Amino acid sequence: MDFETLLQPDTLKLYASGIGVTLELLAVALLAGVVLSMPLAVARASKSRLLSLPVAAFTFVLRGTPLLVQVYLVYYGVAQLDWVQARWDAVWPWMWFKAPLFCTLVAFGLNTTAYTVELVAGAIRETPHGEVEAAQAFGMTRATLMMRIVLPSALRRALPGYGNEVILMLHATSIASVVPGIVDITGAANGVYATTYLPFEAYIAAALIYLVLTFALVLALRWIERRALAHLRRPGGRTGLAPTAPDDAHPA
Amino acid sequence: MNASYLPYVLAGVGLTLAVAVGALMLSTLLGIVAAAARLSSHRLPRALATAYATLIRGVPDLVLMLLIFYGGQIAVNAIVQRLGWGGETGSIDIDPFVAGTVTLGFIYGAYFAETFRGAMLAVPVGQSEAALACGMSRVQVLTRIVLPQMVRHALPGFTNNWLVLVKSTALVSVIGLTDLMYRAKQAGAASRAAFFYFVVAAAIYLAITSVSMLALRAIEQRHHRGVRA
Repeated sequence: MDFETLLQPDTLKLYASGIGVTLELLAVALLAGVVLSMPLAVARASKSRLLSLPVAAFTFVLRGTPLLVQVYLVYYGVAQLDWVQARWDAVWPWMWFKAPLFCTLVAFGLNTTAYTVELVAGAIRETPHGEVEAAQAFGMTRATLMMRIVLPSALRRALPGYGNEVILMLHATSIASVVPGIVDITGAANGVYATTYLPFEAYIAAALIYLVLTFALVLALRWIERRALAHLRRPGGRTGLAPTAPDDAHPA
Repeated sequence: MNASYLPYVLAGVGLTLAVAVGALMLSTLLGIVAAAARLSSHRLPRALATAYATLIRGVPDLVLMLLIFYGGQIAVNAIVQRLGWGGETGSIDIDPFVAGTVTLGFIYGAYFAETFRGAMLAVPVGQSEAALACGMSRVQVLTRIVLPQMVRHALPGFTNNWLVLVKSTALVSVIGLTDLMYRAKQAGAASRAAFFYFVVAAAIYLAITSVSMLALRAIEQRHHRGVRA
């Protein structure tokens, strides 16, 4: 083992910028996922087949195929369509498909959206009937009922599952390293391996960085959960819901 | 559209399935051993199994795969050279198929361990106590009493892990295995119809996950015969 070589300023800088890229990918993908999944989750939980079936088809396809295929499909596939190539020099928003980072983020964002939709839709369906009936008795419209009664409690109940999704997404961002031009933590390790020929050291360093990020996120999520679910806390101190990562099963 | 590479791409399905099934067998075995170790009354196996589950699940599978594939090659070379094997080159090349399958099996063993641990805990303690009182050895208690009864509880998590594992096999294309994913990428580059070939690959993965979901649901129902709601 030769970790000395890894402690060169250039190498450390490469890993540091990799951490930045990984966190940027994670933040943008999660943000897109949260924004997109709200309306889609309401549609998915709707009683109207016309609304719920298209969303069900979307989540079925995105959750049933590897993220790697989705990334390649957007990065290599969309860019090779004549229709897109005819437009990407001038027409908004097609010019963005020239950028590897944008293509990767499209795939990541849609992927996490699909998982988040199912999480939130499940939480919406579990809303106690009494709460909905009471709101109806007050004369709330369906939109008000959704915004004031159903969503605030459903989103809180979806939190433990969402914490898992955040961790899985952090690990999924490593797939960005297969896209040319994106140097995230894994990409930095690939670069260090290529220049030093020290695979153990290069990838163990990357693995340690991911471990630290994972534990930091788990702690942060646990703190958020404790605050958001304070009303469900039992006298013993634990919340009334199942504990989240690192002990939870891996969702498909 | 240029579809002439379709047979070349479809020929990769077998390898994808072989990697997935091989990794499934290895990870199931590892998962059972690690779950039993986590529930052991001895401190050492418990600590080892906890470290295995926590470390593996805190690191992306792609990083572990690259670590084991490239790092493993160097480790093997070092061992081979120390022993004086490997002929003139002084090295033995690791087969990418073995590397990919073993790596995926090793990674998903940690996830299966969690599933099996929960399922083993769902089997009433009285069952194993009774078996011990009958004079069975600890191994017999595990294989004859606990394992058969935990299947029902383990199946939902098992299904989940299998679906994630199938999708993860796409990563072996990164270490150069000519699986479905690798061939789709090559065909897309050669024919300039990448969109078409990646859609084909996605459809095949979707078919594999859908069929296994239906099959495992049927098995689950079979294992719930005679269970009162």
